[in-house]
Amino acid sequence: MNSSMVALAIMSGIVAVGTLVGFLARLHHKMDLEQWTVGGRGFGLVLVWLLMAGEIYTTFTFLGASGWAYSRGAPVLYNLGQAPLMYVVSFFILPLIWEAGRTHRLQTQADFFRVRYGSTYLAAFVALIGVVSLIPYLQIQITGLGLIVEVASFGAIHRTFAMIVSFTLVAAFVFVSGVRGVAWASIVKDLLLLLAAIFIGIAVPHIYFGGVGPMFAALAHAKPRHLVMPGATENLGHAWYISTVLMSSLTFYMWPQYFAASFTARSGKTLRRNAVIMPLYSITTSLMLFVGLCAVLVLPGLSNGDLALLTMVRRTFPVWFLGMVGGAGALTAMVCAAIQLLTGATLYAKNLFKPIFAPGMTDQQVAKLAKVMVLVLTLGALFLAIYSSISLVSLLLLGFAGVAQLFPGVVLGLFSKRVTTAGVFAGMAVGLALAVFLMLTGRDPYYGVNAGFIALCCNFALTGMVSLVTRVRVVGFDTIMPVLAASKSGDGTSFS
Amino acid sequence: MKRPSLGAILLGLIPFAATCFSVSLWDRVYPMILGLPFNFFWLISWLLLTPVCMWGAYRLEEPRASAARREKGDAE
Repeated sequence: MNSSMVALAIMSGIVAVGTLVGFLARLHHKMDLEQWTVGGRGFGLVLVWLLMAGEIYTTFTFLGASGWAYSRGAPVLYNLGQAPLMYVVSFFILPLIWEAGRTHRLQTQADFFRVRYGSTYLAAFVALIGVVSLIPYLQIQITGLGLIVEVASFGAIHRTFAMIVSFTLVAAFVFVSGVRGVAWASIVKDLLLLLAAIFIGIAVPHIYFGGVGPMFAALAHAKPRHLVMPGATENLGHAWYISTVLMSSLTFYMWPQYFAASFTARSGKTLRRNAVIMPLYSITTSLMLFVGLCAVLVLPGLSNGDLALLTMVRRTFPVWFLGMVGGAGALTAMVCAAIQLLTGATLYAKNLFKPIFAPGMTDQQVAKLAKVMVLVLTLGALFLAIYSSISLVSLLLLGFAGVAQLFPGVVLGLFSKRVTTAGVFAGMAVGLALAVFLMLTGRDPYYGVNAGFIALCCNFALTGMVSLVTRVRVVGFDTIMPVLAASKSGDGTSFS
Repeated sequence: MKRPSLGAILLGLIPFAATCFSVSLWDRVYPMILGLPFNFFWLISWLLLTPVCMWGAYRLEEPRASAARREKGDAE
């Protein structure tokens, strides 16, 4: 067998095992909407950890982190800075979101807004922001997968073919096993990715420099400015670091798929424990940064920094190992895309289509529509990935700044009785408009401060001001009271 | 479900103070520790120290949360 066949065989084997595990996860569970979207709210510590690690550590995390370290240098530290902080935030808000979720049978982020603020329009707006922001994220997974497979197979497989085959598999196992399939497929993905990351992160500096210490010593000698902010950039300094870390750590769980992952937990205790241990997983990210920094000296002048990691691996290791990394990378893209598909499809069916076009739909019909939407979204994202040439990263950053604007509505909804629907609506709309304007006109960072952060501050201020001048009408969640009325159940439609 | 206690919130603020607001104090290459530039060393240490803080917060919060559950008569 020639080398591309070896890499290819290993890669396909890994993808096949991961997909199979995803399919098998369905066994012994009746797939109604509740089971499909939130796994029957029965996940313990291990499954919640797998699901969250599985969906949070995307291909973009690994290729992007090493790529930033390569092309921008020290500003990539924002990634290490935000990682533990977002779990600190999750420690305080996810158990409350979970509690509201269980009491009111919430399945999506938009459900949260519907029940808390009693407005289906606000919920539909939230769902729209979620779906629109998810599409570039989904497309990035597909494009990333194509790139990984192409590089790892030495060009033997065309990326379009790889994208179509793997995303047919993804759509199939989301269709069949729902969120449970995603969590189980994560087992294979996390295990391989952890092993690969630890091995690569330690071996690469060792092979080229004799260790991480000598590597940094060489880099500090050759390019000392690369190692402190603003690194190789002009405007990513300390103000940018603080604003970016604050914005991304506070609002990270506003991505609808991460938000909804908290509903799968068995208890609030599970989520708190998970928040305590999650920062440890980010140690693998720091290893990826080392590889990116190594490439600064070993492979200067790469046109695309995001390829730094894969190129280093291909140059350094035997072909079977390249196949393993390629397989782990492909499976990562598939797992992350799976949860994004599931979340986007459910948001559309439950919070956009149903309330606006067919209020009388039953849960079974919503589930059926959501499954159809899985296929539609897969096809749409595939089409975009194959035919569009827009820079994805900028779209993704826009999506992130967009979902970040949901934060005031969530956090004030949990902790304040004074916040009003009008206030949340106004703050969200203006924050969103401001973020889009600043980013599309090339004003990010704006005077050295993260544009999304500026939008978030305005959003908070406006939500507060409008809430103070409009009449309070506290609707859902007795969470803002000390003790929940335990008897309350039903999906909260009575409020809308 | 009760609001988080002050102690837990203060414990949660420690990592924020250490890795976010104080960036200009630790963003430097020297002294290198364990072969890492100081800023890398500092942030990686906080990947390990944040769980310690949050474990403390967990010890403070969990008894209150289970008391609230008992009040409601829930089985865990």
